[in-house]
Amino acid sequence: MVVLETQGLRKVYGRTVAVDDLTLSMEQGEVLGFLGPNGAGKTTTMKMLVGLVRPTSGRARVLGRPPGDPAVMGRIGFLPEHFRFHPWLTAANFLDFHARLLHMPPERRRKRIPELLERVGLADRARSRLAEFSKGMLQRIGLAQALLNDPELVFLDEPTSGLDPLGRREVRELIGELRREGVTIFLNSHLLSEVEMSCDRVAIIKRGRVVRLGTLDELTGAALEVEVRAGGVTPEVKAGLERWGQVIREEKDLLTLTVADREALPAIARHLVEGGARLYAMSPRRLSLEELFVRIMKESE
Amino acid sequence: MSVLTVAQLTFLEARRRKLFWIILAVGLLSLFLFALGFYFIDRELRTSATEIQVAVRSTLLLVGLYGVNTLSVTLGVLISVDTISGEIASGTIQTIATKPLRRWEIVVGKWLGLATMLAVFVLGMAGGMIGSVWAISGYLPSRPGEGIGLMILEGWVFLSLSLLGGTYLPPLGNGVVVLMLYGLDFVAGWIGQIGERLSNTTAVVIGTVVRFLVPGEAMWQRAAHVMEPASRFGLTPFTIGDDPGVGMVFYALLYLAAILGLAVYLFGRRDL
Repeated sequence: MVVLETQGLRKVYGRTVAVDDLTLSMEQGEVLGFLGPNGAGKTTTMKMLVGLVRPTSGRARVLGRPPGDPAVMGRIGFLPEHFRFHPWLTAANFLDFHARLLHMPPERRRKRIPELLERVGLADRARSRLAEFSKGMLQRIGLAQALLNDPELVFLDEPTSGLDPLGRREVRELIGELRREGVTIFLNSHLLSEVEMSCDRVAIIKRGRVVRLGTLDELTGAALEVEVRAGGVTPEVKAGLERWGQVIREEKDLLTLTVADREALPAIARHLVEGGARLYAMSPRRLSLEELFVRIMKESE
Repeated sequence: MSVLTVAQLTFLEARRRKLFWIILAVGLLSLFLFALGFYFIDRELRTSATEIQVAVRSTLLLVGLYGVNTLSVTLGVLISVDTISGEIASGTIQTIATKPLRRWEIVVGKWLGLATMLAVFVLGMAGGMIGSVWAISGYLPSRPGEGIGLMILEGWVFLSLSLLGGTYLPPLGNGVVVLMLYGLDFVAGWIGQIGERLSNTTAVVIGTVVRFLVPGEAMWQRAAHVMEPASRFGLTPFTIGDDPGVGMVFYALLYLAAILGLAVYLFGRRDL
């Protein structure tokens, strides 16, 4: 079931195009990582999907309704980037306020709020004011706020920003739990490891445009890097390699080339051997998400 | 009821501001000084004719209430000046606006919270002043309840303007604009009054136009009129003799609704 879809979504601020021609859809239960450098348009995209920002053009449907429609906002959770709230509220009061906005009856609030505080590890801080909270604790209470209503779809904008390694791990684990519970998650991140660990699919966004979209395997598996150690490779044989891929590095008897898929490997070996080269080793290697990301960011328009 | 939830949070938030406590302290201090001053002046009047007694008491009370009115406008503007723009800037608005409520509920909720606070302030201050005058001298203006209501309405006019400004102006700019409108309203009101007495049409027109543009001081004028219909000292800023009439009160109520409607419209279109 499609829970979210956009068509040609675009947002322009003055003369800056923040998001351009965004078309994507999300299936129920999927975790989509929206990956891009700072300023690529991730937050603007998320804000359009939760109804905070009006798209300049294009169309979006969230749980079958236009973004921000109160009819579906009760089934959505949202953690904004750099989450902040009135510092004088206590953690419990803060959650109670948001639970009331979610029209939760008092009995349910009384039960749900301690549960959530427990879940984000703040059970002993229920009566502390947000002013006393560290950045990591604020992020966690913000997450609790996003989960109050047992949402079907959660939007998290850089949920681990400002957290120490332990805090990051806790948030990642929480995302993992939600994923196992079947919650659909739209995750904005500039952290590759986070996306690699948490997401089913990744959209890489660059200057407001999605430049790659697919599963991790699809994205990184598409480009295989092979290191070939061989002696006596004639220029003709080397040129012949172009049939399967592109030679990207070359030093002494070590050639590095990228190929489209695994099946090219036996053919390359045969080509080298038949061409009279002495083949010592061939080691294929999947591109890491990081390498792919860096490569994409370096690509010219 | 999301509106009431937002109203409650806004009320609590405003109450936590230092500003509120400063204005309250200034208010209570002036209330005390007023009562003290009134007591000693009143003592001097014991041997005067009744007519003079009443004239002095009513004028003093109006002067005091005018002070309350100014404080109320100031409080109304300052507590609402950054309630919307400030929450947009801090991002606080984001978790609220993504809950199942409509944007108008946020604006109306905020207005309700602040308007309640302002009403309580004016009620306490003006009520305290009228009460202390009554306790000291036994003097009571006519229709004090209606007068206080009109003073509250004036505060609400400026509070609403400042809430409206907050949907697209930064706090400082917004505060300056609204307080300038208050100044304009005050000056134009006076020009209109004097113009009327001198039968100068231009001055009267200026007064009338501004009065419709910002029906704030007109509420005070009406309040002064209903409390002291026969003000004896003639023309002063505190006791302007002319009554803007009950029609002006209805106009102010419509004006409030329109300003709030415009704030809802602008906030609804804004990217948060």
